[in-house]
Amino acid sequence: MPGSDAELAELVRESGRDVLATLVRQVGDLELAQDAVQDAVVRALETWARDGVPPSPVAWLRVTARRRAIDLLRQARSRGAREERAVAEDPELRGGWTDDLDPGALQDDLLRLLFTCCHPSLAPAGQVALALRTLCGLTEAEIARALLSTPDAVAKRLVRTRRKIKVAGIPYVVPPDHELPDRWEGVLTTVHLVFNEGYAATSGSDLTRPALVAEAVRLARLLVALQPDDAAALGLLALMLLQDSRHAARLDDDGRAVLLADQDRSLWDTALIHEGVDLVGAALRRSGDRPHRFVVQAALAACHALAPRWEDTDWAAIVSWYDLLLVVDPSPVVALNRAVAIGELAGPAPALALLDQVAGLDGYAYWHASRAVVLRRLGREVEAAAADRRAAALPVSEPVRRILDPD
Amino acid sequence: MSLYAAITYTHDVDWTAPEQAEEMGEYAAFGQAAAAIMRGGAALFPTATATTVRAEGKGGEVVVSDGPYAETKEVLTGFFLLECTDLDHAIQVAATIPAAWNGAVEVRPVIPMG
Repeated sequence: MPGSDAELAELVRESGRDVLATLVRQVGDLELAQDAVQDAVVRALETWARDGVPPSPVAWLRVTARRRAIDLLRQARSRGAREERAVAEDPELRGGWTDDLDPGALQDDLLRLLFTCCHPSLAPAGQVALALRTLCGLTEAEIARALLSTPDAVAKRLVRTRRKIKVAGIPYVVPPDHELPDRWEGVLTTVHLVFNEGYAATSGSDLTRPALVAEAVRLARLLVALQPDDAAALGLLALMLLQDSRHAARLDDDGRAVLLADQDRSLWDTALIHEGVDLVGAALRRSGDRPHRFVVQAALAACHALAPRWEDTDWAAIVSWYDLLLVVDPSPVVALNRAVAIGELAGPAPALALLDQVAGLDGYAYWHASRAVVLRRLGREVEAAAADRRAAALPVSEPVRRILDPD
Repeated sequence: MSLYAAITYTHDVDWTAPEQAEEMGEYAAFGQAAAAIMRGGAALFPTATATTVRAEGKGGEVVVSDGPYAETKEVLTGFFLLECTDLDHAIQVAATIPAAWNGAVEVRPVIPMG
């Protein structure tokens, strides 16, 4: 039984998110469903704090949100026929409450909502904001922090996005099989962005936001269940599990980020590693000469996860995976990471040469930090200190900054 | 069902010119295939025939100028009104309009009136 206000708020947030996915299907209107769930959540926080949490909190929220939705529909009925149709067409709304939870039906509802949020006719920034709002239950202020925006701008973007869904008639469905290939990449990318917001939060005081990570993993599992032989989905799930397997080792007792080389590997979650490595194998067996970028990234994460100590890392394998990643998904950041791996395999001099060839990362703290490391190994202390200062002046999440700038 | 406008943007063609006959044939085939959901539409003469009209305030002096409202490489050349179940349906139909591969098709929901 949850005790503290924070636990209560978390329970309400998690339950509200599932209730929303189902209610959108029932009323066919994201905006109205969201208003209804929001009202139910407010009532839950008031009532539960006073009277205690009911025996079936999710059912309580679902019933309260549906009652609220019907109230809102009745109020809207005088305003237009569209809302009236939404009541009339849904026999469930006329037929009273069904309180049994069907996990399969809930998964379908979540998938439908995910594909709606990731519709290609929506602006990418709107897709991510809407997914964070509806699928992860983040507040506008939290989304603003995650996307380095302001709550006001996020609110406006959400209003525009929801309006487009409603007015343009974006359907609340999982696309049919023949349309899935066109929609798949967008959905995977959004789930990965949600994970990254949780795992590598670009700002804010908590390095890992476990709820977002858990949410992204849950969504990736739904996608794997939908397309069990899809290498990209398997790779994405593997990548997230393998990165998340290190979560207990990523911060020290003072809340400082710990570099991969210095992490206490006994804290790594072996169950997640086993599952992740199995998934990488499954994804690679379903990949051709050009594996999806998530599969290659997962293979890289597996190389680290399988090394008992930093010194045991198979750097030749890691460099060759980076070679492949540079082919399937070239970017300056990939080139940076490959240069760092070359530093471990072949020494600091070739690494520095490669780092200096990478263009466009002057605003990226890790590029300066990586240069500092290899310059120091080459005994060029003055240049290394200068690179450290550049790194510390650039935006990164708080615990990482404390490594770069320990004072 | 909702009404969508599928607005075609292509290079500035003269649909009535003999060399457009083959493409007009493709449009006719589209029109037949989409007959069940077609609620209207029009093909427009080229922008050389266009006149842009403005008034200096309501009831004010009328300013007439030659040519289209916006000078762009791909111009508005026509539109169809299509009754579709949802946006995915409209996108699927719009992709079969010849302008989709000769230019672009903008799909916009139509505000229901009356």
